[in-house]
Amino acid sequence: MNVKEYKKRSGRPPLAEITNEIKLSFPSLSANESFARAAVAAFISQLDPTPTELADIKCVLSEAVTNCIVHAYRDCIGDVKITVRLRADRSVCIEVKDNGVGIENVEEARQPLFTTGAAEERSGMGFTVIESFCDKVKIKSRLGRGTSVTMTKRLSSKPKAGAHT
Amino acid sequence: MIKNTCDILCELCADCLVITVSGEIDHHGAVYMRQMADEAIRSYSPERLVLDMSGVSFMDSSGLGFIMGRFALMRELGGATLVRDPAPCVERVLKLTGFDKRVKIVKNHKTEKEHERQRI
Repeated sequence: MNVKEYKKRSGRPPLAEITNEIKLSFPSLSANESFARAAVAAFISQLDPTPTELADIKCVLSEAVTNCIVHAYRDCIGDVKITVRLRADRSVCIEVKDNGVGIENVEEARQPLFTTGAAEERSGMGFTVIESFCDKVKIKSRLGRGTSVTMTKRLSSKPKAGAHT
Repeated sequence: MIKNTCDILCELCADCLVITVSGEIDHHGAVYMRQMADEAIRSYSPERLVLDMSGVSFMDSSGLGFIMGRFALMRELGGATLVRDPAPCVERVLKLTGFDKRVKIVKNHKTEKEHERQRI
């Protein structure tokens, strides 16, 4: 199936051409943090990222998934849903969504060192790490309904064949 | 029990406790690491704590929490903490969050040792 057909079938807005997409869903168990990182890293390797870019993406994904496990589903187990889109302009768009408790004040949560999990030794740097490793971060949250974090990172232009970066 | 993606090794040499962390440090593994490290720190109450992070292949902000938590515990017990040979992924997170200014970082520990050996 080519890109045109894909767009027609999925009915997606023609923002930038989406070249590939995966969806993952798993229960909010902490053992799945490393699974999510490995799965998304394997998918993104299609764009041939540099080792640093790959490490950055694994890091921000880990932060977002940990937020779902630690905060959104604080006292229960729920579904963590991840959508990864690769675009023709070599940008990677990762959406991490939950149906958990939601964030009361998103601006406050984005502040460095802000944490509600001091007892569990959270550093309060999760969103700070996400913001410094990504080009664009969008956080949507509704109390009692859930949160979605959309992170976009544009990869450097493709290295020449055979070149090692 | 699901296996951990990280490993921790505690060694005591003189008044210094060396904790070597390797593998992937995330929220899942940090719980276990914290328990192991604090047990060792409390039972030896060393003057210095060295966190060797040369073998770490991945770290997110849970690792920052781990470092700062041990730092706080050592300060409570009247000791100093330093991070030894942080792997590139550790260094990047420490730098971007400004934590490299809060903890002492020592580099090239291993190469120094090798040099010494060569001299002898």
